[in-house]
Amino acid sequence: MKSIIFKTAAEYLLPLLILFSVFILLRGHYLPGGGFVGGLIASIAFVLYAFSHGLENTRQLLRIHPGFLMPLGLTLSLMSGLSPVLISGEPFMTGVWFPDPVPVIGSIGSALIFDIGVYLVVVGVSLTIIFTISENA
Amino acid sequence: MEILLAVTVGMLYAAGMYMILRRSLVKLIIGIILLGNGANLLIFILGRITKGQPPIIPDAHKFFTEAYADPVPQALILTAIVISFGLQSFAIVLIKRAYKVVGTDDLDEMNATDEEI
Amino acid sequence: MIQHIIILPIINQLFIAVLLMFFYGRAKAQRFITVVGSALNLLIAATLMHRVASEGIISMQAGNWDAPFGITLIADHLAAVLVLLTSISGFAVSLFSVRTIHVKRVNFGFFPIFHFLLAGLNGAFLTGDLFNLYVWFEIMIISSFVMITLGGRKAQIEGAVKYFTLNILASVIFLTAIGVLYGITGTLNMADLALKVPVIENRGTVHVTAILFLIGFGIKSAVFPLYFWLPASYHTPPAAVSAIFGGLLTKVGVYALIRVFTLIFIDDLFLERMLLGIAVLTIISGGMGALIKNDIRKIFSYFIICHIGFMIGGLGIMTQTAIAGAMFYLIHDIIVKTNIFMVAGLVKKLTGRQDTRLLGGLYSTHPLLSLLMMIPLFSLVGVPPLSGFWPKIWLFEAALDGGFYFTFAAILFGSFITLFVVAKMWKRVFWGKPLKPDSLGFALFDDEQPGAKFKFLLPIILLSVVSLYIGLGAEHIGNLSQTVAGELTNPQGYIEAVFGNVNLQPYED
Repeated sequence: MKSIIFKTAAEYLLPLLILFSVFILLRGHYLPGGGFVGGLIASIAFVLYAFSHGLENTRQLLRIHPGFLMPLGLTLSLMSGLSPVLISGEPFMTGVWFPDPVPVIGSIGSALIFDIGVYLVVVGVSLTIIFTISENA
Repeated sequence: MEILLAVTVGMLYAAGMYMILRRSLVKLIIGIILLGNGANLLIFILGRITKGQPPIIPDAHKFFTEAYADPVPQALILTAIVISFGLQSFAIVLIKRAYKVVGTDDLDEMNATDEEI
Repeated sequence: MIQHIIILPIINQLFIAVLLMFFYGRAKAQRFITVVGSALNLLIAATLMHRVASEGIISMQAGNWDAPFGITLIADHLAAVLVLLTSISGFAVSLFSVRTIHVKRVNFGFFPIFHFLLAGLNGAFLTGDLFNLYVWFEIMIISSFVMITLGGRKAQIEGAVKYFTLNILASVIFLTAIGVLYGITGTLNMADLALKVPVIENRGTVHVTAILFLIGFGIKSAVFPLYFWLPASYHTPPAAVSAIFGGLLTKVGVYALIRVFTLIFIDDLFLERMLLGIAVLTIISGGMGALIKNDIRKIFSYFIICHIGFMIGGLGIMTQTAIAGAMFYLIHDIIVKTNIFMVAGLVKKLTGRQDTRLLGGLYSTHPLLSLLMMIPLFSLVGVPPLSGFWPKIWLFEAALDGGFYFTFAAILFGSFITLFVVAKMWKRVFWGKPLKPDSLGFALFDDEQPGAKFKFLLPIILLSVVSLYIGLGAEHIGNLSQTVAGELTNPQGYIEAVFGNVNLQPYED
């Protein structure tokens, strides 16, 4: 799209949206939010950028192929599910938490790591889908 | 409210079925989307529509002090939405590919699989 | 003691799939990983089977949430056997696809998807939660959609559209059924449902829900009025994909039917009669279909339908002998169906053709190979010492004992049709005058190196040996089937394994 307003706005919106997506990801344990929504917001940021600046520029901005995020995220999620089994011998997917909460983020545990994995998978999957569809359009 | 939602669910199912029975591939996808939404809404109603707090027990208490909403249907719907998101995007890519390869979006003309070689 | 072994078959497959995704585009490394991973999974499944056989039902509560609030994973004999069979078939098909799946398909991500499919299968067998079953089904069908479309030509894409539509419809119906069941019971844990569904007073709603489950699983397992997607799609993808689909995918539907109708919706005469009717019609229509087709893989596709009817029939009779027969048949069927689709791939590799009318003389050109292919084909028919024979005896016995003469006649009819069609195929493909092979742009079997030939044949030999064992060691498999049937007809052990030793209904309101 060749609109200068849109183009300029997209450049500013990209970091804002990504920041917002991380905020949504982190508040997700007790409040509405979480990895899936956060991931969708992050991929919307890139889709917006792709609309205004074209597919090639977005790919360069991302540096890595979005498809690579899928196995990365899956590994994180799998590992967070397995961590109670490995650490304390409790059943798969039991929540394991660090004792002291970290400022700003709050308590860190396997649930957060699982959500980060989901976030990465969602970004990877939705960007791959959208890039593939718009490539062959 | 329940009646309104129940009627909506019925209409979504009916519309979805009708669209699936049409010949066009695009209408097929629309039908699948409508059916999926109908199913999600159905789970929502069947989980009882109660106005209540989120099912989280405050730190100071040992049990629920107020009416709470059943979280399970919402978890089910969320999962089902994510799944249908994946399926629908796959379906769109598939019909695009099918249109390119077969050269038609009429399901009646897709009978290469029934031909004897 | 928490039993971590139960989660391993799923985790291992997921882990292999993720690992394969990291090796995206490197065909050689992927082929190596898939074989090693499948072998590892075989080992895990055998350990699980051994543990279940020696210690009884194993269960685990994911996330340490007590049943019925969390997701339960449970391995009884039925689940453990099916996981083991999945691993055997998966190992054979992964060996087979190393040689037969074209490098282009591998680079599109064939192997990760294959392992996601197997993870979905293992998950579906091991879960004790209905919604979780739905999720595993979805993982399985999404993977199967990708596998059936991958690298598609015209027929393959068209087959995929049909396969896709019907399966997604089945999922929606399954989801609707889950929603209704949750609405009337407030739980989705299968053991909890087994306690709560029989005491519901509004039997009408329960019947409707049961019918919804029957339709949803019926589409997936390709029973009588709902099977049309199967012969329209199973012959289109590569042989390795057909093998895993034919061997395992419809059988998950059968598993789900067995589980739901022996655990949750029990003692329902109407449903049992309905299952019997469906079984009879499935056997007849599948058999008739096989009779008129000429394409080898289409014939086998109709055989899948026909033989699904045997298992549904066993389930419909609902006595211990009948369920044991159905179980034995299921064990035999998974191995043999996987094998015959690989045999179809071998025939194509040998001659370049699939139409039985254009084939001939394989016995005079390749006598040893023909003898090898004879094992799965004759096991399919059920020639006495081979594996298809024994379960039918039990099915006959159960049908006659209960006075189900239509079912008896249908199973007899299905067996004869299978015999007739396989004999016809044998005459056309293996006897007669040899025809010149017709290469369609791929290297024919005879032109390959001896090492490559052996790798091609290894999975077929492997599954034939397993088939022979099921036939000749029928006593062991028979005992196993009886144990499974005992557990299914008396689900008290299953329910106790899920809830542990606590009082069965501690949260009654």
